[in-house]
This record gives sequence, structure tokens and C-alpha cells, in this order.
Amino acid sequence: MSETAMASTQTTEPRPGNELLVDVRGVDKVFTRGSETVHVLGGLDLQIPKGEFLALMGPSGSGKSTLLNLVGGLDRPTEGSVTVGGQRIDKLSDRKLAGWRARHVGLVFQFYNLMPVLSARKNVELPLLLTKLSGKERRKRAELALEIVGLSHRLNHYPRQLSGGEQQRTGIARAIVTDPTLLLCDEPTGDLDRKSGDEILDLLQALNTEQGKTIIMVTHDQRAADRATRTLHLDKGRLSSEPQA
Amino acid sequence: MFRIINQVFQVTRFSLASLPQRKGSSLSAMVGIAGVVVVMVGVLSIAQGIMATMKSSAGEANVIVMRSGADTEMTSGLGGDEARLVTEAPGIARQDGQPVASRELFVIINLPMRSTGTDANVPVRGVEPQAALVREGFRLVDGRMFTAGLNEVIVGVGARQEFSGAETGSTLAVGSEQWPVVGVFEAGGGLSESEVWVDAPVLQDAFRRGNSFQSVHATLERPEAFQDFKDALTSDPRMNVKVQTEAEYYEGQSRLIYQLVTGLGTLIALIMGLGAIFGALNTMYTAVASRTREIATLRALGFRSGPVIASVLSESLLLALLGGIIGAALAWLAFDGFRAATLNFSSFSSMTFAFEVNTPLLVQGIVFALFIGFFGGLFPAIRAARTPVAHALREL
Amino acid sequence: MKYLSLILGNLRRHKLRTALTLLSIIVAFLLFGYLAAIRSAFLAGIDVAGEDRLITRNKVSLINLMPMAHQAEINRVEGVDFATHNTWFGGIYQEPSNFFAQIVVVPEQYLELYPELELSDEDRQRWLETRTGVMIGKVLAERFDWKIGDKIPIMNPLWALKGGDRNWTFDVAAIYDAREQGIDTSQMFIRFDYFDEARQWGQGQVGWYVVRVDEPDRAGEIAAAIDAVFANSPDETKTEPEGAWYQGFANQVGNIGFIITAIVSAVFFTILLVAGNTMAYSVRERIGELAVLKAVGFTDGAVLGLVLGEALVITAIGGLIGLGLAWLLVAAGDPTNGAMPVFFISVRDLLLGGVLILALAFIAGIFPARTAQRLQVADALRR
Repeated sequence: MSETAMASTQTTEPRPGNELLVDVRGVDKVFTRGSETVHVLGGLDLQIPKGEFLALMGPSGSGKSTLLNLVGGLDRPTEGSVTVGGQRIDKLSDRKLAGWRARHVGLVFQFYNLMPVLSARKNVELPLLLTKLSGKERRKRAELALEIVGLSHRLNHYPRQLSGGEQQRTGIARAIVTDPTLLLCDEPTGDLDRKSGDEILDLLQALNTEQGKTIIMVTHDQRAADRATRTLHLDKGRLSSEPQA
Repeated sequence: MFRIINQVFQVTRFSLASLPQRKGSSLSAMVGIAGVVVVMVGVLSIAQGIMATMKSSAGEANVIVMRSGADTEMTSGLGGDEARLVTEAPGIARQDGQPVASRELFVIINLPMRSTGTDANVPVRGVEPQAALVREGFRLVDGRMFTAGLNEVIVGVGARQEFSGAETGSTLAVGSEQWPVVGVFEAGGGLSESEVWVDAPVLQDAFRRGNSFQSVHATLERPEAFQDFKDALTSDPRMNVKVQTEAEYYEGQSRLIYQLVTGLGTLIALIMGLGAIFGALNTMYTAVASRTREIATLRALGFRSGPVIASVLSESLLLALLGGIIGAALAWLAFDGFRAATLNFSSFSSMTFAFEVNTPLLVQGIVFALFIGFFGGLFPAIRAARTPVAHALREL
Repeated sequence: MKYLSLILGNLRRHKLRTALTLLSIIVAFLLFGYLAAIRSAFLAGIDVAGEDRLITRNKVSLINLMPMAHQAEINRVEGVDFATHNTWFGGIYQEPSNFFAQIVVVPEQYLELYPELELSDEDRQRWLETRTGVMIGKVLAERFDWKIGDKIPIMNPLWALKGGDRNWTFDVAAIYDAREQGIDTSQMFIRFDYFDEARQWGQGQVGWYVVRVDEPDRAGEIAAAIDAVFANSPDETKTEPEGAWYQGFANQVGNIGFIITAIVSAVFFTILLVAGNTMAYSVRERIGELAVLKAVGFTDGAVLGLVLGEALVITAIGGLIGLGLAWLLVAAGDPTNGAMPVFFISVRDLLLGGVLILALAFIAGIFPARTAQRLQVADALRR
């Protein structure tokens, strides 16, 4: 057990002395499939201070991705509140929520979700299209983001011409190009071999320590979770600091 | 051999079974093809209708005599005596001792059309009483025949439908005179049905034509007598005439417009058909793409490429056939018998006709649809058959 | 247009599919343009009819002649600037299928009334000096490859020369062009003085009058005044504006406008289905990608716009190519090789084509675009 994992025994309590970034309180999430209703999350609380690298673990169907979607403003809770950076996002309109995501959240997906028809640079530029930046400025920032993830030599390659690791790094570049405070990663190494996965985790760790990005990472992989500053386990809609046996 | 047929059958059944899942694109290809067939059959039925009108204008043993050099009655002119000599020529059928022949004048008056209220050139024919015997299928459907020597007229059923005032009990304005309409006739669907008939001498007076006519319409004893009749007239030094069977004459009259409408209709259908082929290709490529895995599995199980091609082709042919039948049926319901009027350029007067959607036209439409289906399915079928099995299995 | 690369990229994704959709749209607009030209041919004259010109014909019908003496009487009617007479010649050059209009006119008067005919001073002078001379239109000259000085034999079943010969011969003295689109340049004009002297019968009889009025606003009133002059005479007249005269012809040919509109509607309906279905398919196919766009912050409206934009780009490219091809095809000549009086795509029809491009793009794109707009990000990503 690493030092950071030890720290996570504080469970849902934030580390003191740090400003609170994410505050999830009393969240229920119910899905309806036909006549069947599924309670994914029930009365869930989660506080994340600024600058934390949180790993979220748990078995399939435990609600990890749902929680991530709620924090990222991709979905709304059935009950409870989600506050990020002091803003109640569960009450925003779809339109405002989209704008909020564009400014405050960077998303990284398991299967990268790059636009196959765009080059790496254009993919990274995508979120910047929503800003008022000039074409030149967008280009500069996209190139900078790709430089940070170490892909300066792949600017004009299309996703199909990139390896899995390179695609994921492009995905991370896209997530950080708008300089969001919060990075949400859904199984970022789940589709990668070990070496590429390690490189991605190095990158995330660096973003956390050097750039002060707050990161929430959903993962199955204990090795990935070990890189985080805190690990939480989600099972049957409840959070705990220890995996349930 | 039997095995292959069985394979084709099996594979085709698979592909058709998945058809409902591809409802949207299959339906759109089908409706697209139906649209092409509707337009094609619709436009060509105009040409067919005009042709049919002209054909039924011509009696089997009927002839028309005009001045030599004239190619329409409009531009022809025959002196009264000259015209009488024609009616007395050998070979003309007789009834009650009288030759079945009518000396006629052809003029145009302007009457407002019912549809637009604007003037149309209405053909007015001065006829002798025998005219009713010459025209096959002549029958009064309303009122009575005009009285010789009076300025009474009878109108064809087509004219009644198209022109204001062309009905029994009404009058037609001819210059400063008002001519009463006393009857309505039909004439086997021929061109006469677009005309207004009046006693020839009355028309001669009204139009200051003296005792001159423009044509003689006559019925021969039998069709084979035509050559003798023609020779007798053309060798007669007392006259200078042109002798044609009515069939020849009307065929010549309608040739230009028939060719124009048929040519345009075919051109439009071909271009539209091309568009429909692109649509069908899209549909079938999509169909093949969505079944890549299934097709690859079949190929992996040992099905040969022949049955795969056949199954894709038969799917697209089936869609085309359905589209073609729907299109042909719609065209038939919408257009067959639809009455319209147009300008007969050779006589510069209105002619009425009915759109005719006949069996050859329907067959033509469906065959054209199958063509579209064939070309729309062929290339996707070949692509399906060429898909490398291993590669396709990995996909999706 | 910062989204253009995304739109173009999507269109490039399935090149074959895009090409086929594009081709079907091209076909639709090619047909639209070509049919618009055919429509213009059938409605020839209506658009370019002079507002200040009336046509006076015999009340019985156009084929009934009128005395030349009417001219002086029409000129005396209040509000009439001046009148000239025309007569239908109706001859045949070699074959009846070589049909073109031949009109007998008084040259100076006709040219004065129709300033839209463009003629060099040289040609004008030559025609005025040649009794057997004719003025022919540019399209007609091209159709039979006639040059100034050529002798043209014309057989006339209607009018014989003195002595009964029906074979007339004319000299090409002038070739005119049109000052604006839509003016018939397929006609031949014969001099009245020569015609009247040479014809076997009918001296002093003419076909119809073209009347110029001082004030177009009073055209109806003046037309009635003209007809009143000849009321109850042996040759009563009917006078109407030139536009109505051409419209009358078009109406008799049949409702060409309606038939063509019906065909074009069928074509567009067909293409709409094909294009709309393809677009719907391509949206379904990349639901995931659209969800990602929303996840990174694209609003529902932006995604809607993106899909509509894609529809617009493909329709605009196809539509413009189609209209361009139609333009080239029409410029190459009419399908009857010169028998149509005019054959062109009017500016109005081109603008209508532009509107159709927008409409087609909107209707074909709106349903898939709405699908994309309504997409729930979380659901789509979970897929």
C-alpha cells in the first residue's frame, strides 16, 4: 500500500486545508428500462478538493460511470445536488450545461472517441470551436496541448494512423486544451497494453502534480488506481474506502 | 447444379428475412423507383393518347383527297366541281345510290376555353350530310343533327368539354353571328370529336369561300381498292389532287408531336432513372454493409460467391419490381382516360385527347424499374461477394 | 465556417455513399434546369411581351385576314401611337419538320415597334434595299447555316406566286439578335411590299396588327376603343395586350407549366427520399461521435446545425453542379435542333433553383438533425 492509498482511509472526507471543487450530496440515480426501474446510486455523498487525483473503482454495473457522468454534467441526478466549483450544475438547462462542460470539464474515454474524419490537431481543436478564439489561436493551443502529451510529431495524422496509446494521448490533449480545472477519465487505460497504459498514467499524474489538474479516474485496474492520491470503491451504489470482500 | 440453386434460395431467404430491419432505406429506394415509373408512364401516356386519337380518326377504308401539294386541310383548296368529280370516282362505297363521300371545308374560330377563359382556335368543319357515314363510330349523344341550309351546328364531345358555350341549347359566336348548337356527337374517340360541324354551304357563305372546299373524305368499298382509286384520280387531267388513306394522313399529322413528347418523356425517364439507380446503389451498399458479418459467416461456412451475388441482386430486383408495380398502378389510376386538350400544330387548332396508359406502357415501366434494380444491385452484390472473409468477420 | 472541416470530413467518410447521393442530387437539379428551359420555350413571348403593345386580329379567328385599310383607322384611335400589320406566311423549307415562323412585315415599322431586335446598320440598310430580302434570327441562321446573301427556296401551300407557282425564293439580307434573353430569334421576316405584289390573291389583305399605345396603363381602354371602331363591320376585330396574346397560345398548347411542375415535384420527392434516407443512416451510424461532441460541450443546437450544415453542403454542391450542367446542356441547343422559339434558363429559374437547394437540404436534413439534437449524451455514450 502506498502512502496515498493510506490517506484514502479518510473515505469521503476531503483532505483539510484544500478548497472544495466537487460536492455531491444525497444523490440518487434511477434508470427506467421499460417497466423495470434500476437504482444505480442511492443517497451518495462525495467531496473532492481541488488538486486531487481520485481513482474510482468497483465492479461492472456499480455506477462508476454514472457517477462520473453526473459530475461531468453529462447526466442529471434523480435526487440530490451536484455542485462543481461552487455551481449547482444539476439545475442548469441543457444549453447552459453544454457551455459549462465546454469551459470546466475535460473528458477522457476508454475508447478515445476521436472523430475518425479529423486529424489529431483538428480533433484537439474541436472544443475550442465553441470559444471565440481566432483560427490561429485555436491552432496554437491545439499544438501546445499535443506537445504536452508528447504528440507534436503526429499533428496531421488521422486516428486510424495512430496507435492506441497515441489515440488516448490525443484524447487527453483534447480534454486539456480548454484548460479545465476538472479532468474526468473513464477507464483511460482499459483498452491499452501495459506499456501504453503506464505512459498514459504517467501523463495523468504529471498533469495532476505539475499543472494542478483535479482528476477523477474510473478504473478496474489496481495498478492504475495506485497512481491516484485517493481511491474510493463504489459498490451497489455506495462509496467506501475499502473494496468489499 | 441443384446444390447451387438451393444455396441461392437459402441465402436469398436470409437476406429477405432481414429486410424489415432495413425498412427505411428499402422503402425509400422502392418509392424512388415508383416515382420514376409514374413520371415515365405518365408522360408517355400523353403521346400514346395523342396517337390513339389520331388512329381512331382514321376509318379502315377511308381516304382523304386534298389539293396536290397541300399537306393539311388548312392549306388545301378544291373547286366545287373538282371536289364533285372526286366523289364520283370509282371505288367509293355507295349507300342508297349516293357515294359515301363528303366535301368539306375546314376553318378556325376563336372560342374561350372553359379551363382558362382565354381564346382557343376551335376547328370548324363544313360538311355534307354523308360525313356522318364516312366517320366510323359517328353517333349523336345529345340533341339532333343540324338542318341543311341553316346556320345550326353540332359539336364533338371533346369540344363540348373544352370550350365555353359548346353545348346543346347554347350558341357560338362566329364573327357577328350567333350559331345555335343543336346536338353533340361522338366519333369513336377520333379527332372529329374536337370539332364543330356545320352544313358546308353555310360555312362557305359565312367565310366568303364561294363554292370551294378544302378536302373530300370518303369511304371506299374495301381497303384494297385504294390503289385503283388513287390512280384514277391522279391520272385524271381535270384535277390536281393528292390522295391519301386517312391512316397515312393522320399518322403524318401526329408524327411531330408524338415524337416530341415521346422523346422528351424518354429523356426525362432516363435521367430520372439514373438518379434512381444512384439511390438504389446507396440502399444496396448500405444493405450489404449492414450484413457484412452475416455474409462473411455464410462464406466461411462454405457458401460460394454466386449465391451471395444472387441474393443481393434478387433483393434489389424485388424492391424494384414492387416499386415498378406500385408506380405503374399509380400512373394507371391517375392518368388513364384523363382528358386534355392541346394545339394540333399541323392544323393550328385545338385537339382533345385522353391520356392512354396501355399494357405495353405498363410493361415498359416495370421493365425499366427492373433495369434500375439490376444496376442498383449488381455492384453492391459484387462487393459483397468479394469481401475477404477473415477481414469481414473481424469487423463490427 | 470553423465547422467546415468537420462537415467535409464527415462527407469524406464514406466517399462512395457521398458520391452517389451527390450524383442523385445532380440529376435532380439537371432535370430541373432542363425542364425550366423547356417551359421557357412553351411560354415564349409572355415574359418579354411589350407592355405598350397590343395585338389586333380578326374577331372570328387568327386565320381570317383583315383589310390593310384598318391600319389608318387604328392610327386615328385616341391613345394609339401607331400600328403596323403582320401576315403569317406559313411556308415550308424542304421538309415540314423544318418548321420555323415566317412573318410578312413592313420593315421600318416593324423594327420601330420591336426595338429589342438588335440589327447592325449595315444589315438594316441591306434589307431596306432588297425587295426579296428577308431578316432572319440568329438561332435560325445557325440552324440551317444561312449567311447573308444566301438564296432560300420556300414552298408555300398557303400563298402562291402569280401564275400559280408555289416556290418562293428569298435572299438573306439581315440577321438579327436579341437584346435580352427570352426573345425569339428563330423567325424569318419577309417584306410586305414584295409579298403583296407577288402573291396570286389577297392583295391588300393582312393577318393582324401590332399597335403601340402611348400609355400602357390605358391599354385595356384603348383596345376596347379599337374594337369599337370596327364593330358591326364585315371585319370585326379583337384587340388584346401582347402578353395575353402569347399566354393564349401557351394555354392552348396545354398546361405545360403544370405538367413540368408535376414532373419536377416527383423528381424532388424521389431525391428527397434517397438523400434524406442516406443522411438519416449516416447520423445513426455515428450517434457515438455526436454524443462525444455534446460531451465536450457542443450544445444541442450546435449539433443540429452541424447535421443540417452537412445536408446543406452536399445539396449545394450537387445542386450547383446540376444547375451548371443544365446550363451547359441548354446552351448547347434545344432538343428539336432549333424549332423552339427560345430555349434558356431564366434568372428567375436559377434563383428558384437556389431556393430549392435550401429547401431540399432543410427537409432532407431536419429529421436526422433532430435525432442528433435530441440525443441524450449519457445514454449514447453508454451504448
